[in-house]
Amino acid sequence: MPESLQELLNRLAPLIVDGSPHAQALGLALDGLGPGRATMRAPYRKDLIGDPDTGVMHGGVVTALLDHACGVAAFSGLGAKETPATLDLRIDYMRPAEPGHDIIAEAECIRAHGLIAFVRATAHDGDESDPVATASAAFMVTRPSKEAAERVRKAIETGELT
Amino acid sequence: MSDALIETLLKAPYVAKFGVRFERKGDELTGVLPYEEHLVGNPLVPALHGGAVGAFMEIVASGALLASQTLVRLPKPIDVAVDYLRPARAADVYARAIIGRSGARVANVRVEAWQGRREAPVATLHGHFLIKPEPVDN
Repeated sequence: MPESLQELLNRLAPLIVDGSPHAQALGLALDGLGPGRATMRAPYRKDLIGDPDTGVMHGGVVTALLDHACGVAAFSGLGAKETPATLDLRIDYMRPAEPGHDIIAEAECIRAHGLIAFVRATAHDGDESDPVATASAAFMVTRPSKEAAERVRKAIETGELT
Repeated sequence: MSDALIETLLKAPYVAKFGVRFERKGDELTGVLPYEEHLVGNPLVPALHGGAVGAFMEIVASGALLASQTLVRLPKPIDVAVDYLRPARAADVYARAIIGRSGARVANVRVEAWQGRREAPVATLHGHFLIKPEPVDN
């Protein structure tokens, strides 16, 4: 039986963070992955504080978390073949995240067709109805992403990568 | 000029972790994001993480606002829109901001980030920031 998209996603899930040095540096975690959907978490960390007076994590953590979660949802929405590049990312910062709380981003690919995917995402720190930030992004499979996917395929074929 | 707050901004753990620094000439400010492997988003392309480049441009926007006037606290982003024009290669990134309007409460800022060639930006940011200027005595 051919592999379903969910089975492919389950197989690729460990690479979502481990395959990205920046996601690792921020300590991001993948909480959920489905067709066109991704849930990611940025655990609260003192070394990511942006305002030492309040202890609130830097807005850049929210930016990177939302970009990563949106990218994963777009990747999944496009069939989990090539890693798409971000075309644009628009973020509304609703309120500062609570110090000490993890930030969770829920991203959904609302349309994927051909090379383009459109994604919406919400980031919250515990209560989904009281978001920290919302995002809207567009992604595209570019020539470098196709070339990278081709290199991975070749590496798997020749046994360099398993 | 808000030199003390620029120091606060650069010393924040997140900003210091990624080694962001500013090069200033009067009220003109250029941000530098020195290349480190932990900035890479996708090692297969290889390209820097869009979130890292976006966050760097937000920091430069705040820095430019602080360098241009006296504020009593750090600017807070209200919204940002980032366009990614080219993959950011494994190299240093630079950014400079243009302040569209800076009022009593909100500032409109555009930022351009580049690597090798200034004419070939890797990303641009356009955003609004909540600011608190020093009260003026009349």
